[in-house]
Amino acid sequence: MDGMNRDKLFACIMATSFVMDDLRLFLDTHPKDQEALDYWRKVERVRNEAVKEYTKCYGPISMYDVDVDDRWTWAEGPWPWEGRC
Amino acid sequence: MWTYEKRLQYPVKITQCNPKLAQVIMSQFGGPDGELAASQRYLSQRYTMSNPKVAGLLTDIGTEEMAHMEMVCAIVHQLTRDLTPQQIVEGGFEKYYVDHTLGLWPQSAGGIPFTATFFQSKGDPITDLIEDMAAEQKARTTYDNILRLVHDQEVCEPIKFLREREIIHFQRFGEALRMIQDDLDCKNFYAFNPSMDKECKK
Repeated sequence: MDGMNRDKLFACIMATSFVMDDLRLFLDTHPKDQEALDYWRKVERVRNEAVKEYTKCYGPISMYDVDVDDRWTWAEGPWPWEGRC
Repeated sequence: MWTYEKRLQYPVKITQCNPKLAQVIMSQFGGPDGELAASQRYLSQRYTMSNPKVAGLLTDIGTEEMAHMEMVCAIVHQLTRDLTPQQIVEGGFEKYYVDHTLGLWPQSAGGIPFTATFFQSKGDPITDLIEDMAAEQKARTTYDNILRLVHDQEVCEPIKFLREREIIHFQRFGEALRMIQDDLDCKNFYAFNPSMDKECKK
């Protein structure tokens, strides 16, 4: 749960999400490309695990993953554009 | 619909303010070849895109452009936050500041407000895709122009990322145009508007 782990997990989410952003556009115009489809499946798995772990330890990236306990935490900062998270 | 993810597409962490640079980079928020125009261009055009795969591509690229708009705004915000009145005057930022303080407002570097006339939605798939390819190149040139003025590595890296995405989008739009043309009579691609004239499919 240390800071390093948080940074590493977040970097993993950023990297895998970007691969999927780029692959999504490629697959829109190459929907049957087997190599791209295999890559998608592989990266999706890694991303899902990283998001699950990050959300559990450090809070949600997606609003659908907000864990409602005694208060609403989604709108607690810092926000991404502040460059602090 | 859309949902928000609490992260940028590529990190923006700028520690040195620079109001002069902010004023230039602002153009990629609300200027003629900026990310706001790009997102609204693609997301408006998709309704009359005859090929469903290309309509999907317009949705996905339009969505990515919104994430790019957020990155550009983050850059401008981080370059201008905590400015003192003295830095505002020395950095030539006073004309923007007087109307918007340090808030984000979509305008070009020259102060021209964002307008829907920056983009077209023509309702003809070939026409729209050729506009989109040109738009990606214009945005790429704008980022090249910005990069010649940037010496701060913290600003340079996200701008370089955005520039590269323009090239990818251009490539995908080129493929989309070919997909549209593959459904048409190659002797005259321009005889029909594939979103209006149903008899055009070969």
